[in-house]
Amino acid sequence: MPASTGPADTAPVSTGQPVALEGILEEDVLVRVEHVTKHFPVRAGGLIRRTVGQVQAVDDVSLVIPRGKTLGLVGETGSGKSTLARCVAGLVPVTSGRVIFDGRDVTNLSRRAMRPVRRDVQMIFQDPYSSLNPRRRVGAIIGDPFAIHRTATGGERKRRIQELMERVGLNPEHYNRFPAEFSGGQRQRIGVARALALRPKLIICDEPVSALDVSIQAQVLNLLADLQQDYGLTYLFIAHDLEVVRHVSDSVAVMYLGRIGELGPRDDVYDTPRHPYTAALLSAAPAADPDTAAARQRIILTGDVPSPIDPPSGCRFHPRCPKARPLCSEQEPQLEPRLGDAPTHVAACHFPVEAGEDLAAAAPARSEVS
Amino acid sequence: MTLLEVRDLTVSFNTADGVVQAVRGVSFGVDAGRTLGIVGESGSGKTVLTQTLLGLTPGADISGSARFDERDLLQLTEEEMRHIRGERISVIFQDPLTSLHPLYKVGWQISELIRAHDKSVSKKDAAERAVELLSRVGIPRAERRVNDYPHQFSGGMRQRAMIAMALALSPQMIIADEPTTALDATVQAQILDLLLRLQRESGTALIMITHDLGVVADIADEVLVMYAGRAAEKAPKREVFYTPHHPYTKGLLESIPSSSAAGDRLRPIAGQPPSLINLPSGCKFHPRCGYVMDRCLSEEPDLRQVGESGFHNSACWLPAGAAGLSEEAEELREEAVHEERGEAAAEVAEAVAADVPGVAVVGIEGEGAAE
Repeated sequence: MPASTGPADTAPVSTGQPVALEGILEEDVLVRVEHVTKHFPVRAGGLIRRTVGQVQAVDDVSLVIPRGKTLGLVGETGSGKSTLARCVAGLVPVTSGRVIFDGRDVTNLSRRAMRPVRRDVQMIFQDPYSSLNPRRRVGAIIGDPFAIHRTATGGERKRRIQELMERVGLNPEHYNRFPAEFSGGQRQRIGVARALALRPKLIICDEPVSALDVSIQAQVLNLLADLQQDYGLTYLFIAHDLEVVRHVSDSVAVMYLGRIGELGPRDDVYDTPRHPYTAALLSAAPAADPDTAAARQRIILTGDVPSPIDPPSGCRFHPRCPKARPLCSEQEPQLEPRLGDAPTHVAACHFPVEAGEDLAAAAPARSEVS
Repeated sequence: MTLLEVRDLTVSFNTADGVVQAVRGVSFGVDAGRTLGIVGESGSGKTVLTQTLLGLTPGADISGSARFDERDLLQLTEEEMRHIRGERISVIFQDPLTSLHPLYKVGWQISELIRAHDKSVSKKDAAERAVELLSRVGIPRAERRVNDYPHQFSGGMRQRAMIAMALALSPQMIIADEPTTALDATVQAQILDLLLRLQRESGTALIMITHDLGVVADIADEVLVMYAGRAAEKAPKREVFYTPHHPYTKGLLESIPSSSAAGDRLRPIAGQPPSLINLPSGCKFHPRCGYVMDRCLSEEPDLRQVGESGFHNSACWLPAGAAGLSEEAEELREEAVHEERGEAAAEVAEAVAADVPGVAVVGIEGEGAAE
């Protein structure tokens, strides 16, 4: 069943739009993801490789990112958040669905047709150690986008590279150094400078600070916020750290096993989570405050995330859900406003969490159910 | 009762690039049944510190002492250490996939560990004990899962298996080195919960090494904050979190996103951690410190008592009463800085302020002149 509010012809704004875009005009939307599904074939056998299954990495996901805003994408390993980001960036073809970027359908474009779009969509990766070629000088790494898109050459290119270095807080004199001569935080700045080179409209940040120490993390997050303000950038911000996501995002999407479980404005999702998974995730995040930590009733989920090759029936979260009832394994819940929430705050749950509800008490005893 | 008493531990390595001063004079104690959280960023020496205690830093120059149950761990022969490791003190590492042998079944690895330390245990008994341990750490259908290979376990289950191995010989102390860093939040919560419960059941002492202040807030009793190979601050958990004295501890707490309102600017620490080969003079934190004073440039402070409880220690030249995040504490700090910052320190302070926009530096940006 599609995770949209209803059939295409009755949806409030356009096809498969789970979030009613109140106050957001169509031209303010930079990214529109409609029913995007990405399956990877699982093959077995020797010479004749037959497909024995599908990894349902992303399954029928719809969302929008308004211009100049940040959408935080949260989820655990295998939730499909990175695959979704790669679909948006056009790095992997989607199995079905559409990606509209800046008013244009960019779904599965040819390499040539994709090229101008690539200038507008850049990525920052998690690991500043493996995402920079150790044998190339920093100036050359940051200058790559100019070379690839043939926009600046010679002295002009060098001047612009040094400008970028200065902008992200690197010493422009270090133009000729190698990545190994920089610390983790500085390397992430190099990645930011490279992403910024062509003045993109959208930057996809895939766990940009999770490899950094806390004190350095804050430096990079501040830099990203400044750049967003100065250049009107739009961010798709993927992270597993809920505090980081809360800090940077305007709206938040919570993914679980390839589906969106909950989506809405940041404060709505954090203050009144409706999906038990969101609630569990929030309660599991360690708080750097002993009194909060002691007072908090952690919702301890049983078991691990199931395999996306053979996801559970109905609601994919039901085998681990403290509130699961028979209906949950039979019928897939729709992504829609629950318990009188604003139309922008949607959750896919038959039995949404009420404000103040004690889920920790509802959780089964610890004996693990597999 | 103090189970482990580490005194003035110093560890350095000779490398082609120079001497790496990984740990420089660290002292602490751990009582039975208590949890010590060791917090620090990459390169702070927290891992080298605990590996040295277990004789896992071959080739290092080590001095100091580590009394564990009447014996000095640093003086033991390899053979004696082998009996301590696993039997008396066991370790849980960050990455359970690399700590388990990929070609042997999980159950076999546990029973082999048991038999390696006690030959009198039969293979059958050891195998039964492996099942029992796996089910104790919450592995479902343990009697079947003992025959799985590590790759058939998920990340959380592998970490549970590691905990089972750590418990196998009923040690008096467990050292957990970032045991939940590679795990997802909901699984991390399960593992922390499990560690706490097992500790309560068995009265084991726990040393939890982590970079995550949230983990420490959750499970530690005492906290040791390390910076550049030294203890910056050492105190009961609540004092570290609510009345930090060392500007580094304070900076760490302030730079976590939850300490600022969502969407506000974060308050990072300026600069980068120092190279352990080429350490700064005086207090190793001074090139990043917003409260830098003249003596910080030349004299390295030792841990001394601060605050009111008698258990709160900090290695910082700021006045002992200047602990906490209150305005009064900040005023005390500013006063001290105002009096003791001369030209040399003022220059450093300017560099700190210039490094990262938005870093608070006392005496700069109209908060009262430094000179």
